[in-house]
Amino acid sequence: MAELRRPVAIVSWASFETPNEPARNEVEMLLPVIQEAVGKVGLTQQDIGFTVSGSSDYLQGFPFAFVGALDAVGAWPPIRESHVEMDGAFALYEAVNVLQEEGIDTALVYAFARPSRGELDRTLALQLDPYYVAPLWPDARGLAGLQAQAMKDSGRFGDVPDVPPTYVADGCVAVVLAVGDRARELTDTPVWIRGIDHRIESPSLGVRDLTASPSTKTAGETAGAHDVDAAWLHVPYPHQELVLREALGLDGQPVDSATGPVMVGGLERLAAAAAGIAGGKARRAVAHATSGPCLQQNLVAVLEGASR
Amino acid sequence: MSEAAGDVTIVETPIHLDFSYTPGVASSRFLRSVEKGQIVGQRCPRCQKVYMPPRGACSMCGVATDEELTLSGKGTVCTFCVTRIPSPGLEAPYVSAWIRLDGADITSMFLIQECDPDEVRLGMRVEAVWVHEADRKPDLGNIKYFRPTGEPDADYDTYKDYV
Repeated sequence: MAELRRPVAIVSWASFETPNEPARNEVEMLLPVIQEAVGKVGLTQQDIGFTVSGSSDYLQGFPFAFVGALDAVGAWPPIRESHVEMDGAFALYEAVNVLQEEGIDTALVYAFARPSRGELDRTLALQLDPYYVAPLWPDARGLAGLQAQAMKDSGRFGDVPDVPPTYVADGCVAVVLAVGDRARELTDTPVWIRGIDHRIESPSLGVRDLTASPSTKTAGETAGAHDVDAAWLHVPYPHQELVLREALGLDGQPVDSATGPVMVGGLERLAAAAAGIAGGKARRAVAHATSGPCLQQNLVAVLEGASR
Repeated sequence: MSEAAGDVTIVETPIHLDFSYTPGVASSRFLRSVEKGQIVGQRCPRCQKVYMPPRGACSMCGVATDEELTLSGKGTVCTFCVTRIPSPGLEAPYVSAWIRLDGADITSMFLIQECDPDEVRLGMRVEAVWVHEADRKPDLGNIKYFRPTGEPDADYDTYKDYV
């Protein structure tokens, strides 16, 4: 989506992250974060027009875990609700689309994960091609290593950082979106989503050039990611920042990179960019999120502080 | 599509992942209570509904349920089913019932024993039968089954919303 018919702004956010959440389950972890995000702009769950989440049942180890998470939302009377089995940033993309509908003016987007309870490196193998790749159980760090090695071999990147162990942390994030005048009513500092797009590359790692990210490049072009004065990038492994900088054509702007909990880190980047803009650190910024092995899927949003 | 000799029609790709399950704060407290032979529920501060087992949140209001209360272990049969084919560990016929524990606002499924299946009826008053104290674990299996208390049947109005 290059142009939004109905302008959408990030009006509130809250997040939580810990290396290993010891006692609370997903719902107990989510509840205060959702209430903080919704409460900051004086709303209650009953005021939210559309609710959507990003998470993976494979991390929790039982089916329809994402439905159980609705206990943290209060889905009565019945609400408009959706879910993506991806990072919460991709849920935000769905929310921006739904907000283009007349009559829906606010949306709650949240993401959660507690990968500390399982084996994240192995669990992520289940998102690979189920016939030829997943049965080999390649660990996520190993696949990132293939990418880093391809980058070293290309000679295009100078020093390519080593691949650390896959980042494991538990956490959640909640973001509230609102449309046009509703956003201005809710906050003095709405952060407008000027453009947003996401693209996917082949699931077959062998056919991809892992040293480039054409999906990020195309998503960035469609979202209008030019003339930005800062970037918030979602970087599961450090070497990937180099690929993303190149794909987005970043040239000296300050870049804030972070990993965050799986399924959560991308949406957290959008929230962090919104916080940066609302706090005056940037006027127009690009926020990026990724999902899948070796930057397979990428989302780019262009955020701006000036009111519309 | 023809199945020429040698075509692969099925591939087996076994999947196995290990997880450690965390019940959560509310469920942990509940499981510790049944370990002691007690049933603890939680009340929603907004709609006042009492959840048993508690999950730490009111799924209708989306708020934390902090207030705990101990239920008596007696309840009312709201609906039931007589199964006439055996299940592992259960001889036929056996009775499963949705029971509304006194003070709770949701029903839970338990077995009913110590009476003829034909005697089980809506409104029947029942009570929990626990496993021996020495054998109790943090597990709802501590309640072996429910049995009739012999009290008069509950008034229909007290359970009509749960039938």
